[in-house]
Amino acid sequence: MVKPEELLYAKTHEWISVAEEGGDKVATLGISAFAVEALTDLVYIDLPAVGRQVEAEQPFCEVESVKAVSDIYSPVAGEVIAVNETLPDNLEILGEDPYEQGWIAKIKITDEAGLGELLDHAAYEKLCSEEAH
Amino acid sequence: MPSTDQLAKTPLHDWHADHGARMVDFAGWSMPVQYTSIVEEHKATREAVGLFDISHMGRILFDGPDVAPFLDRLTTRSVADMQPQQIRYSLMCNDAGGVLDDILVYRPVLREEQPAGFGLVVNASNREKILAWLQEHVGDFHVEINDKTHEYSMIAVQGPKAIEVVDPFTDEELTSMRYYTGRLIELAGVECFVSRTGYTGEDGIELVCDGDKILGIWEQLVSAADRVDGRPVGLAARDTLRLEAGMPLYGHELLESINPVEAQLDFAVNLRDREFVGKAAIEEFHRDSHQRVRVGLQLDGRRVPREDCKLLRCDEEVGVVTSGTFSPSFNHPIAMGYVKPTVAALGTTLDVDIRGQQHPATIVPLPFYQRGK
Repeated sequence: MVKPEELLYAKTHEWISVAEEGGDKVATLGISAFAVEALTDLVYIDLPAVGRQVEAEQPFCEVESVKAVSDIYSPVAGEVIAVNETLPDNLEILGEDPYEQGWIAKIKITDEAGLGELLDHAAYEKLCSEEAH
Repeated sequence: MPSTDQLAKTPLHDWHADHGARMVDFAGWSMPVQYTSIVEEHKATREAVGLFDISHMGRILFDGPDVAPFLDRLTTRSVADMQPQQIRYSLMCNDAGGVLDDILVYRPVLREEQPAGFGLVVNASNREKILAWLQEHVGDFHVEINDKTHEYSMIAVQGPKAIEVVDPFTDEELTSMRYYTGRLIELAGVECFVSRTGYTGEDGIELVCDGDKILGIWEQLVSAADRVDGRPVGLAARDTLRLEAGMPLYGHELLESINPVEAQLDFAVNLRDREFVGKAAIEEFHRDSHQRVRVGLQLDGRRVPREDCKLLRCDEEVGVVTSGTFSPSFNHPIAMGYVKPTVAALGTTLDVDIRGQQHPATIVPLPFYQRGK
């Protein structure tokens, strides 16, 4: 069970958890409950291709809502090694379980410099409460 | 961007904020964009009833003996022949025939002792511009222009159950009130100007009353709407509703660089036996076969074309999207845009460039949505 308190967050509302997998550092990435709530009425997700090289702090995925399209950014540079294929037809998962079943992509990290910029849960909560007002 | 403190507030502002609405800056007003979900609010309006705070719309009243000829000179549709209680959708154009605003012209019967006056409802984003334009053209006309936007407030009640919801609050027969007419009636004990108008493609009414009386009416209407699965609706769903209904929105389908002919708004232009600002230019546009055409577009899939997306035919740019959304009623993307006349025929397939990827879009009749009679 993933606890949101144990994740790291980008100012652009992605969450990240980092784990060792076969000697590589792998980031699992999704979007926060706050982001899903802010977007509402999701209609589409454009997942990146597996194998795609991702640059730090660059968009690599898009979510579309009734109102607008939003980019999802990767805080780290690396290679997309897996995407959550169940999401496009089951977008409600992003709202129901954003931190576990709602994961979007796994990225094999080649440059983890961006990790230092991330917020812990308390700092992220503070950011959200500021943005909500 | 002005901070929220500098934004104008409707008398219902605190009610919206207290009831979970997300407030956004819309044309200098702090307005509710949504309370819950856009799709839920949209569907509630289509299936039951939606309540809209539209107090941000500009409300201008006129006095003086020359009001009718004055407005007749400045609007594309004839005013002089309007009957008491009648309301007309119309346009104000500049000399070049570009649209300054789309408006409603009212000839309300205010009180028995007072002759019928005239009023305008204009877009919030254009209110200052229109007030200046009106002043600039007063000249020798004996007319007094009164901006009543902040004094009065305005609510729209829209949907198949709109009349059912409003009816118990008045002794008047709302069902006998014809579409695009309005009159002063007592509603929930308050004197209101009620009209059979709206911007959703649904049956319904809009009402105007003193700003300090509107909260009581709103709360009673919310309770009544709730009993029939209706609810308050924010600006986001107001936009998806009007887009499905094929109605232009100023700033998107209408601009000073767009004329009524290309906007397909000929029904709102009376050229015969009258003079008005922009007439000569509009007549010229009528003779020009190269005018762009406002069209409706339908797409498969779920990618939504947005404003400014290019429309292509065999890789040649032939038009542009002015509004697009994911239609909650039809569950596919829809859009309006302007295209060259050579590719404007119904059924024509174009490509729309959505963030660098081309998606096929078919030209379909407007409106996308029409309510059952």
